[in-house]
Amino acid sequence: MIKLVNVNKSFGSLHVLKDVNLEVAEGEKLVIIGPSGSGKSTTVRCMNFLEEPTSGEVYIDGVKLTHKNKTEVVRNSTAMVFQQFNLYPHMTVLENLTLAPIKLQKVPKHEAEELAFKYLDIVGLREKASVYPSTLSGGQQQRVAIARALCSRAKIILFDEPTSALDPETVQEVLDVMIKLSQENITMVVVTHEMGFARQVADRVIFMDDGRILEEGSPEHFFENPTEERTKAFLSKILK
Amino acid sequence: MIQQIMEPWRWQMLFAEWPKFLKAFGITLEISVLALALALVLGVIFGLMSTSHNPLLRIIARVYVEFFQNTPLAIQVFFVFYALPYASIVLSQVTIGILCVGIYTGAYMSEAVRAGIGSIPKGQFEAAASQGFTYIQTMMLIVLPQTIKIILPPMVNQMVNLIKNTSIVTMIAGGDLMYRANAYATNDVMSYGPSYLLCGALYFVLCFPLTTWARRYEARLKNRDVITNTKKDKVEEVAA
Ligand SMILES: Nc1ncnc2c1ncn2[C@@H]1O[C@H](COP(=O)(O)OP(=O)(O)O)[C@@H](O)[C@H]1O
Ligand SMILES: [Mg+2]
Repeated sequence: MIKLVNVNKSFGSLHVLKDVNLEVAEGEKLVIIGPSGSGKSTTVRCMNFLEEPTSGEVYIDGVKLTHKNKTEVVRNSTAMVFQQFNLYPHMTVLENLTLAPIKLQKVPKHEAEELAFKYLDIVGLREKASVYPSTLSGGQQQRVAIARALCSRAKIILFDEPTSALDPETVQEVLDVMIKLSQENITMVVVTHEMGFARQVADRVIFMDDGRILEEGSPEHFFENPTEERTKAFLSKILK
Repeated sequence: MIQQIMEPWRWQMLFAEWPKFLKAFGITLEISVLALALALVLGVIFGLMSTSHNPLLRIIARVYVEFFQNTPLAIQVFFVFYALPYASIVLSQVTIGILCVGIYTGAYMSEAVRAGIGSIPKGQFEAAASQGFTYIQTMMLIVLPQTIKIILPPMVNQMVNLIKNTSIVTMIAGGDLMYRANAYATNDVMSYGPSYLLCGALYFVLCFPLTTWARRYEARLKNRDVITNTKKDKVEEVAA
């Protein structure tokens, strides 16, 4: 479904990703953990070419992403949920959800709205359809952002620290929605520090450090007997 | 002047000439509306060019803005009026007025659009890219609508300046309002007082509704913003 081959990324002289190789299977729930600055965001952003690798290849569903085809490939197969939600502030919740289906997938308006309400039900925000995002709490905004991602009917959803900008009391409502999603056959790549979520949902966890994938395995492996010292140190810090 | 204004016969004489003033008012209105349309189109096109990733487009936009902002409108008008006929391009005074005033104001509009685009957070562009919107769709559907709030005040200033600047065609005998007032003011009885007073009143009639509408519209957008701002403060408090 997603394949990264020898991906390197530099920002100027800063070498951020170093030969990252990674394959994500269809329907897999992959959780990426690691210290801040280790390249987690850059890795997921390479998956939809928000960042174009300096060298190496990214494949989505067997198609090699290029500068030229990225808009089209991304449109048809991936969606992203951001730390800062990034809802469109000049549009109502419903308009946020239907914009891409109507303008990009050419779905008729009433059908797009039907779809939007279906996903608003899933995230529990049907009654907020006609309000502007600025009137919602962070947790609600992020649930809208997840509904927006679902409306694109993408097979892959990328999450970059979706709960890191939230008030502690609204984190769980977003995690609950994500847990609900994980029962669907959607491929999920999730950067997070929520270890409870990782343990419950992940098929596989990878630990990144200094631009490399240092360790990967099942959640059980990670939380019971990680092999690398760096992983142990990171986990003991984050789990205490 | 004050004395002239007090003399009723001068006003009677002036209003006998009313159809001529009305025609001149029509010409000023025509130049204003068409120049405004041109300025808006150029402002958006060059504003977009100046924020594009293509360096050539950026340079072209820069040259346009610098050239027209840093030379007097009068010179531009004289150039078109006196020099272009040598290249066998002969345009009517009204057309010259529309083109010159439109292109001149477009340079200022373009700067307003550029500043507006620059103020939109990067996350908006990323959300759009992650959904598969093209550059033009991103600008038209997501970015430009959000800039209205920021662009509107400088834009309205430019619109009012544009209307007043149409009086430049007086210098090439354009038959506009200012020209008519001048012609009447220097007639045999020298009624410059009433003439210029009427002229000023007619310009006011054009500009005042525009600024009034803009002020109301801005207040309405700001009202929506009040909610946004209080929310933002709250988020920052939590983050701090
Ligand atoms: N657009 C950018 N320009 C320059 N440096 C960047 C940019 N994005 C990320 N970086 C740098 O790349 C490194 C990895 O960043 P990131 O992938 O965001 O890490 P993580 O998500 O694991 O915290 C950091 O040192 C960060 O400062
Ligand atoms: Mg990050």
